[in-house]
Amino acid sequence: MKAAKGTVFKYGDNVDTDVIIPARYLNTTDHAELAKHCMEDIDKDFTSKVKTGDIIVADKNFGCGSSREHAPIAIKASGVSCVIAKSFARIFYRNSINIGLPIIECEEAAENIKAGDTVSIDFDTGLITDETSGRTFTGQAFPPFMQKIIDSEGLINYINNKE
Amino acid sequence: MSKMTMTQKILAAHAGLSEVRPGQLIEADLDLVLGNDITSPVAIKEMEKFNKEGVFNKDKIALVPDHFVPNKDIKSAENCKCVREFARRNSITNYFEVGKMGIEHALLPESGLTLPGDLIIGADSHTCTYGALGAFSTGIGSTDMAAGMATGKGWFKVPSAIKFNIVGKPSKWVSGKDVILHIIGMIGVDGALYKSMEFVGEGIKNLSMDDRFTIANMAIEAGGKNGIFPVDEIAVNYLNEHANGKSYTVYEADPDAEYDEEYTIDLGQLKPTVSFPHLPENTHTFDEIDDIKIDQVVIGSCTNGRIDDLRCAAEVLSGKHVAEEIRCIVIPATQKIYMQAMKEGLLETFINAGAIVSTPTCGPCLGGYMGVLASGERCVSTTNRNFVGRMGAIDSEIYLASPAVAAASAVTGKVSQPSEIGL
Repeated sequence: MKAAKGTVFKYGDNVDTDVIIPARYLNTTDHAELAKHCMEDIDKDFTSKVKTGDIIVADKNFGCGSSREHAPIAIKASGVSCVIAKSFARIFYRNSINIGLPIIECEEAAENIKAGDTVSIDFDTGLITDETSGRTFTGQAFPPFMQKIIDSEGLINYINNKE
Repeated sequence: MSKMTMTQKILAAHAGLSEVRPGQLIEADLDLVLGNDITSPVAIKEMEKFNKEGVFNKDKIALVPDHFVPNKDIKSAENCKCVREFARRNSITNYFEVGKMGIEHALLPESGLTLPGDLIIGADSHTCTYGALGAFSTGIGSTDMAAGMATGKGWFKVPSAIKFNIVGKPSKWVSGKDVILHIIGMIGVDGALYKSMEFVGEGIKNLSMDDRFTIANMAIEAGGKNGIFPVDEIAVNYLNEHANGKSYTVYEADPDAEYDEEYTIDLGQLKPTVSFPHLPENTHTFDEIDDIKIDQVVIGSCTNGRIDDLRCAAEVLSGKHVAEEIRCIVIPATQKIYMQAMKEGLLETFINAGAIVSTPTCGPCLGGYMGVLASGERCVSTTNRNFVGRMGAIDSEIYLASPAVAAASAVTGKVSQPSEIGL
């Protein structure tokens, strides 16, 4: 995916993986089933409102807590095209890269973008455009190694391609 | 002359490098890859996408169904079946069936599978526990687990470190849980984000192995990549008992190793500490805690289900009774701990006090089963997370505390410390 555009869902600090996908749904690995309960304990309207391409914007330490990959899987399967946050918890960060869910660290964007804004992102340049306010922001670039995993659309493909 | 921390030295050795620097991306050899019944099925599905079949080393993978085990429902049973069949298909040596299984982070050190100097990844965030034995050990997700199982290698960004210089001796009812809750309260839930937490100093001699497992276990609750202790006499004694004679390498930090921050923690100044809903950083001591009526107490988990924890809880509950309206659930973390608690009469103490004792499971900690909370209910728990909805209904509340505080709270029916019941 080279670009994304969608409507913003906005959240605060320390959005943990328990609220992204509660453990009561961890008895399944089915992506569509997980998507049905995405963000359920923090935003019960999320699943009824989210459309393909939409974007999550949050403050610091997004995805803290459990290592459950079900969390980025649920977000990706909901149709979310990118998560922008001031910072990410490290396991969530790895998991997102490994499954090919685009994420961007950008403090300025997280501070200024509002819920409901239309935002577009160019992943090649890291340019984030808030089309509602007209402001632009530049996200932190990935190190080349991680960019290769992202370009391969996940860790497994990256390893397959390498061998 | 290198200036590396314990963690950096272990990473360098496993990457075949003489030196690494914070921020450097490396590929390193893995000594152990761990998964449980929640994370392994996702990893096993990912494994199917690889060009080649099989695992890198059948002896260096540990599969521990412990979260929703014994199977709590049909879907969980299917997940466990998937893990079991994968283990059989690949002749995985360290697959732990019901009867042998325990909570992974208590079970693996006890089974001699986590040694000083090892590089361990686990698809469970509390994999950082094994740093208590001087290993580099960190939580990852299912895709990393799949890649680790297939190739025996993982990619890492070398972390910088925060040094916690531990001094002094804790008072009677202060334990490892109070130490780590205090630290998380001090630095916050992202205070160690992407970093190592290195626990050193003369005071660690006053922390038992079980205290250290509890402290390293909750490094992740401060955002830490790993928590690690040096290997001293207490660790060596533990290894002599549990490591089955296996050899290991001890890595020490260089004298001039560089740290982002340094803190001194005086164990003698610490008090019983409680984390209020809904973040582990919301810590309070009893001089600032009013009457908080509770409904349930859980004593167990990968954080506090070890023998020292059960001994401490039993000491508080001995000759006393759980308050009328309180459900008190005690869960020894492994079969071995369960057996030891039985031999020492601890189980009798719990049952006489009106608590229940369960087979090992992670169940209640993550709201799986065996103690799910209803709307508006409050629980004092020795577990590690008090996020919204973690143990059940989204308006239930979790107060994280030590086994001593949990047991005292079970007796009074409110958030209490042992001194409130004359101890």
